[in-house]
Amino acid sequence: MTPDVLPIILPLVWGAILALAVFLYVLLGGYDLGLGVLFPLAPTHQDRDAMMNSVAPFWDGNETWLVLGGGGLLAAFPLAYSVMLPALYLPIILMLIGLILRGVAFEFRFKSGPYRWIWDLAFSAGSILAALMQGLIIGAFVQGFNVVNNRYAGGAFDWLTPFALVTALAVVAGYVLLSAGWLIMKGDEALRDWAYAVACYALIAVAAFILIFSIWTPVAHPEIAKRWFTPANMVMLSPVPLATVATIYALWRSLKRRMRYAPFVLAAAIFLLCYTGLAVSLFPYIIPPSITLWQAAAAPESQLFMLYGAIPILPIIVGYTAYSYYVFWDATEHEGYH
Amino acid sequence: MLELDPLLLSRIQFAFTISFHILFPSFTIGLAAWLLVLEILWLKTGKRIYADISRQWTKIFAVSFGMGVVSGVVLSYQFGTNWSEFSRLGGNVIGPLMSYEVLTAFFLEAGFLGIMLFGHERVPKAVHLFATAMVALGTLISAFWILSANSWMQTPAGYTAGPDGVLHVADWWQVVFNPSFPYRFAHMVAAAYLTTAFIVAGIGAWYILRGRNVAHGRIMLGMGLSLLVWLAPLQLIIGDLHGLNSLKYQPAKVAALEAHWETGRDVPLILFALPDPKAETNHFEIAVPRLGSLILTHEWDGEIKGLKSFPLENRPNPIIPFFAFRIMVGIGMIMIAVGLVGSVLWITGRLYTSEWFLRTLVWVSPLGFLAVLAGWFTAEVGRQPWVVYDVLRTADAVSPIPGGSVLVSVLLFVLVYGVVFGAGLYYMAKLVRCGPDETPPMPEEEDADLSHRPMAAAGNP
Repeated sequence: MTPDVLPIILPLVWGAILALAVFLYVLLGGYDLGLGVLFPLAPTHQDRDAMMNSVAPFWDGNETWLVLGGGGLLAAFPLAYSVMLPALYLPIILMLIGLILRGVAFEFRFKSGPYRWIWDLAFSAGSILAALMQGLIIGAFVQGFNVVNNRYAGGAFDWLTPFALVTALAVVAGYVLLSAGWLIMKGDEALRDWAYAVACYALIAVAAFILIFSIWTPVAHPEIAKRWFTPANMVMLSPVPLATVATIYALWRSLKRRMRYAPFVLAAAIFLLCYTGLAVSLFPYIIPPSITLWQAAAAPESQLFMLYGAIPILPIIVGYTAYSYYVFWDATEHEGYH
Repeated sequence: MLELDPLLLSRIQFAFTISFHILFPSFTIGLAAWLLVLEILWLKTGKRIYADISRQWTKIFAVSFGMGVVSGVVLSYQFGTNWSEFSRLGGNVIGPLMSYEVLTAFFLEAGFLGIMLFGHERVPKAVHLFATAMVALGTLISAFWILSANSWMQTPAGYTAGPDGVLHVADWWQVVFNPSFPYRFAHMVAAAYLTTAFIVAGIGAWYILRGRNVAHGRIMLGMGLSLLVWLAPLQLIIGDLHGLNSLKYQPAKVAALEAHWETGRDVPLILFALPDPKAETNHFEIAVPRLGSLILTHEWDGEIKGLKSFPLENRPNPIIPFFAFRIMVGIGMIMIAVGLVGSVLWITGRLYTSEWFLRTLVWVSPLGFLAVLAGWFTAEVGRQPWVVYDVLRTADAVSPIPGGSVLVSVLLFVLVYGVVFGAGLYYMAKLVRCGPDETPPMPEEEDADLSHRPMAAAGNP
């Protein structure tokens, strides 16, 4: 490869790696946070313990994808990182606070005897806060940022819009759906019954939100409308919405037939399709509506240096993450946390 | 209306969140290595007492590790939320170092931590040992990359600056192994091991004093002292070499931490003073003549640059580095003394009965954490007014955010960390108080017992 190709290829490669990291976080962190949202609604105490134990060996690893997303963005697209994070200052801080509260709850609640309710509260309030803030962040990201001279030039509350608030609710609904799918795989029979019911409601909410955003986003953003509705693109991109509708239907059927593994897989597929739709809408912008992947990219020598590490290491990470899931697959209630 | 300065508030927030964070990695780096040693001892000797101690401390490790993770995630985002100009201008250099930390260390730790904490009954012993080793290795790799990034901010090398102020890497080897990195890495890892050994020895002493879990206490005390006795003096030597390196690359920092205002040869060693940056002098100074030159340059008449020889806008404020440095060195001396006295008592067979020594050890054993904080305050406040030494000023690195936002976040962090830290400390103390569970005889042994009894009975009707 000649050196002149690198500045074109590398940002695409890193864009793909980060997109993968963020997707994995949304998927793994999603079911994980969704458990916190469902936590207060669970039928019994034993169910709450089972929910907590089902994710205790994994939450740390799940969260690491979020750290990779943040660290990777700084490394691969420093300009995007330096615009987005100040612009989203308060939502990011609140998300971090939420993640702290729920993260320590894993360690503390089994040690606290009569005060367990405090950490139960911290776990669910922290999870809900983090999920809402992640939704706000995605909504604000789609709306774009005010950039002047490579610096964020907007105010402290630019992210606070009706669009972003609805996105926040949509993400919570999505996480609940994933989480119900997780419990259908992992719970005992009583917990599964409950999870099937939850999944049905969550799926209805998710389908409604998808419909709302499919209309609202192109109406509010003409450039996104143009991407989807020019005749050639309409044909080329039509598989995305069609597959989404088909997957929603398949998920509904799988819930009615009380299938064990299909609901989680299909919920993940819905996330993947929405994610793809978002990528199609925004590409090639990493800071909509002004900065592209290439403009925000770190110097080629920096992106290349990281790639040497990422290419061998990422598959290994996926490998031992999979091993850890294999070892703890049936960890729910019988052996508690400690 | 009151003017809220985002720069000052961001500095306070970073100092607060990173001080809170660093306590946990310091502890987990040391604990992970110690747990690995315990597990090896258990597998080699078959003595259950090592497994009992290891299980107790694994629980303490889990709490500490969890708090390290949640407080660490905050840091990886704060570079952007509060220091976006640093991220934009220095991202080419700093970003890859931090990403390598995530790739090589975080995932390794997170992937094997579950097996280490909960996997005893689920995986073969060898796999568990491997998982513990990987977690211990992960903590060290993590320290490697973070200290490389920090050292580069102290002694930048291997970069070029573009006309737009954006820094580019010219040579990765020089970036990663920049001039202060080897010293800082050795100093910090030794500090983590010492801090852990000190607290383990102190808790062991406490078990002996209270007369419960005495056998466990003796092992903890013995293992802690065995590390302390040689590593504490070695740390003094590493620190001294680190100091020589700072004098070469960051003379203003050394002038600040020694509170030297005038340039000169045969400078004194100031034991105590109240540095006064306005008057450019010290009050209430107690000093030993000539010793300063000897310690800093290893020559009786070595020249030391005073703070006055640096332009006012390039000087760190000496007050914090001066006191923090003395606290750190003082605690180091206490560790050396405890290691020596303890070893003498041990050799002469009086260790477990010298109540005065055990009592003192219990009280001083948490001081390692204070030394770690004091050391970091010396290094980081001494680096000011630069975020990247001589390259980028802290004032030019801050995000374009209103002070009000930062005030809200500072207050939130103080509140939440206060609760979380308080609870974490309480639960760790509870685990320490309970002491290790003494394992009942293994089921196989009972079975063996039962199975030979009928035969015995059959043999002796």
